[in-house]
Amino acid sequence: MSAEAQLDITQAPRTNWLVLLPLFLVLGLGLLLALNLLQKKRDQDAGRDSKEVPSPLIGKPVPAFDTLDLVTGAAVSTKALRGQAFILNVWASWCAVCQIEHPVFNAYAKTPGALPVIGLNYKDAPDDAKRWIAQLGNPYNQIAVDENGKIGMDLGVYGAPETYFVDRDGIIRFKQIGEMTAQILATQTARMAGPR
Amino acid sequence: MTPELGQVALILALCLTLILGFAPLIGAWIGNQVLMRLGTPAAAGQFVFVAFAFSLLTYAFIAQDFSVKYVADNSNTELPLIYRYTAVWGGHEGSKLLWALVLAGWTLAVTAFSGHLPETLRARVLGTLGLIGSGFLGFLVFTSNPFTRWLPPMPDGNDLNPLLQDPGMIIHPPMLYMGYVGMAVPFAFAVAALLEGKMDRQWVRWSRPWTNVAWAFLSVGIALGSWWAYYELGWGGWWFWDPVENASFMPWLVACALIHAQAITEKRGTFVNWTLLLSIAGFSLSLLGTFLVRSGILTSVHAFASDPLRGAYILGFLGLVTGGALTLFALRASNIRVASNAALMSKESLLIINNVLLVSACFLVLCGTLWPLVTEIMHWPKVSVGAPWFGANFSLIVAPLFILMPLGAFTRWHGDTVAAILPKLKFAALAALVVAAIAWLWLKNLDVKTTLGVLGGFWIIFGTLSFLIRRWRDKPAGQRYTAEMLAMSSAHFGIGLWLLGVVLVNTLGVERDVRLKSGESVSVGGYTLLMKSVTQVSGPNFEADEGVFELKSGEQLIAVLRPQKRVYRRGNVQTEAAIDPSLARDIYVALGEPLDANRQVWAVRAYLKPYIRLIWLGALLMGFGGLLGAFERRLRRRVEQTRMAPTAVAANAVQA
Amino acid sequence: MNEARKKRVALIALLVLGVGSATALALMGFKENLNHYFSPTDISDGKAANVSRVRLGGWVKEGSLHRSDSTTPGSAVWSAFKMTDRFRCVSVRFDKILPDLFKEGETAVATGVIGADGVLVADEVLAKHDENYKPPGVEEYAKVAEQRMAAAGGNVVDCQP
Repeated sequence: MSAEAQLDITQAPRTNWLVLLPLFLVLGLGLLLALNLLQKKRDQDAGRDSKEVPSPLIGKPVPAFDTLDLVTGAAVSTKALRGQAFILNVWASWCAVCQIEHPVFNAYAKTPGALPVIGLNYKDAPDDAKRWIAQLGNPYNQIAVDENGKIGMDLGVYGAPETYFVDRDGIIRFKQIGEMTAQILATQTARMAGPR
Repeated sequence: MTPELGQVALILALCLTLILGFAPLIGAWIGNQVLMRLGTPAAAGQFVFVAFAFSLLTYAFIAQDFSVKYVADNSNTELPLIYRYTAVWGGHEGSKLLWALVLAGWTLAVTAFSGHLPETLRARVLGTLGLIGSGFLGFLVFTSNPFTRWLPPMPDGNDLNPLLQDPGMIIHPPMLYMGYVGMAVPFAFAVAALLEGKMDRQWVRWSRPWTNVAWAFLSVGIALGSWWAYYELGWGGWWFWDPVENASFMPWLVACALIHAQAITEKRGTFVNWTLLLSIAGFSLSLLGTFLVRSGILTSVHAFASDPLRGAYILGFLGLVTGGALTLFALRASNIRVASNAALMSKESLLIINNVLLVSACFLVLCGTLWPLVTEIMHWPKVSVGAPWFGANFSLIVAPLFILMPLGAFTRWHGDTVAAILPKLKFAALAALVVAAIAWLWLKNLDVKTTLGVLGGFWIIFGTLSFLIRRWRDKPAGQRYTAEMLAMSSAHFGIGLWLLGVVLVNTLGVERDVRLKSGESVSVGGYTLLMKSVTQVSGPNFEADEGVFELKSGEQLIAVLRPQKRVYRRGNVQTEAAIDPSLARDIYVALGEPLDANRQVWAVRAYLKPYIRLIWLGALLMGFGGLLGAFERRLRRRVEQTRMAPTAVAANAVQA
Repeated sequence: MNEARKKRVALIALLVLGVGSATALALMGFKENLNHYFSPTDISDGKAANVSRVRLGGWVKEGSLHRSDSTTPGSAVWSAFKMTDRFRCVSVRFDKILPDLFKEGETAVATGVIGADGVLVADEVLAKHDENYKPPGVEEYAKVAEQRMAAAGGNVVDCQP
């Protein structure tokens, strides 16, 4: 005899609150996870992403360098930059994220009150770098060349892109590892203008 | 041109999957056969286009098309060919595409092997899988397109994380994803059953093979991950209770419980609600796992690069899938009232204890993994939960499981007596005690916990063998073993081996971190490692210090080991350990750090790991068992003479 | 029916007892196994007094790294260094091999137990492995340290190597 019992579950006699329990637990869990995500997004926007490591050089003078400009061949040195705040952006043509963030710098360079942006072309082939700049735009006042990575080593550069905010006394105030955003540029520029 | 083709393929796949998601479900609802049957071609189309997109991405890697951003991010001109294949899933977008491919594969398999299902149930299963697939493909197409271009293209790319440039990484993610994604199938069956309403009770039977295979792949995938971490990370550990590991372990525990719960529901018709819930939970935990790993809210040594936006999408998807299924459950399941009148001592009881323990263990791991998130939200001091807490409490919870495991096969459904069961196992118990005593005497430094662990391991092994031997003796040829019995035996045997490996390597393992230079040696266990030299070598995309070590037992040379410390072109540093493997012990040596300027004096790490291979061998046997179980012919039959719990029908009658 | 009901109650009671004791045990051991994230300033403030395990994040003080220099062949390695957040520092001792990329002046995380002498005996030290791992909260430590330094008149020199 076939024992195919038909379980009819379309009728609804009484509701058992117990079956709602898993749903509530899951909703609670979802809330926890959503709040955490929100927190993380807030951290990232403020440049406070826990993945970013502040440089131990913060509060210390920017390591001196004296090299040649990528495009003009003129001298680029920290000594000459003293007396004004500037942004030092470490980039390379082999760096993917640099391409993503580059338009942000292009736009920033055109805004009034923007700090001068000095590029540091890091561990790159000059021809590739020149081509990259020609194709993607040049927001930099000067581009220092660091072909062997020595300047980067002094700065504690770990990879590209990285960006330093240096005040008018040559002290590093902030370091951004990874992609730069317009928001961080705005926040830090305002900070540089404020009281030390 | 080809990357754009890939994008188009994905979009087409998404369209077909949407059809797969909606047509059969609507067809089943309104009773339209044409719509229901659209599932088959839609599933086939989904697979074809996703596979096509995947092969295009693979081609982009092999041809080193750096105009594709994902390729440029994860490989470069020096990357060896074989790793260009694995780099396809080395980053977020590619691994999501692999998910989608695996899901398309499972969907196609279900389509192909579900001919024996009633039409509406089949349509609903495929429809559910289609909806899930739409979510995945939508995620890919709208937020994580692997085919985004960089124009102008870059001259060269970044490097693939060196940790991933390794044979283990070729196979670990695909296996793991087969398991993760495979849990969608029992999920789909549960949802389909809930949608059916007046359902054929046998939906559980038909969902069993799929659960078995998914669990098998998950077992193998986790084992591969553990083995890979052991030899690649250079620390000699095989499990760290790291959030990413826990993320894969939780679905495994629930899938394990599900397999056992399905046994009850299929054979006795009881605990339907519970089986439905577990089926939903299994896949939900898979999705939770993927969320935790990719959203960046948990810190882990092996999390992917994170993005809260992507995390939000996955969380939304998880909410829809799990919330939707549970709402359906709340609406439909309360009407099932199938009372079980099984005795306190019965197969049902043992399986219920199994479920309670496994689910508790899963809950434990979940709480420990998520606790840091709670402290974060409450702005309490940041914490992380240490591995020892997980290990100790997990052991406590599963210990009764190991004790009861051999009893299950000998206990009858509905009711049995202790007096009938235990005599069948007395020989196994005796043998286990004898072996444990010998081990304790021979290995000398075993503590109580380890000896008990050895006892438990051999108890399981001999108990399983007792079952096999008894069947052989008592039954005529041809009726001795079903696939299900062999599957169970293989899996349980595997657990016994696993337990032995775990406790023995834990206690008997020796770890030495010493300072050596050429000509000096260190002893581990009864072996000696003599450091001969350290020289500079070159690889395709790295430079390395390579140490040459002679492994000796007494005066006899056993092996020459060459551990390396690699520096990859992009600056990543990697420790490559050298291992002399065997079932009885691994000798493991790794270069730590140079202690002098000439790189001739090194801090060296040397380990003796007895029986560690039993851990992974055990897991392989579990996987084998899982696969075997899928071949149980009984599970594919449409009509079946079942000895059902007699009150089931009565309960329903009362209900109406 | 009564018999069945009694059995059911017994089973449920057993389950509750089992789950309850497992939960109690788990909770009891929980606190000791939590790794609390602290900065060197937190520790010098005494926040780690009632806590068993500490996960210390910060920078490795330049010049503070000392290693075993015994020339006995096969001698055990050990290293001692100081972790700082540029305001206060903590001595750490580690009896295993330091990770790749562990460098003075870079960030690191040391996890272990602080002894009565105030030295953290670490059983795990992690350095920046790649972009994917980094101790949470180090950024905050730097900010707090800056504030404390300012409050102390800016004249504090963090620890000697």
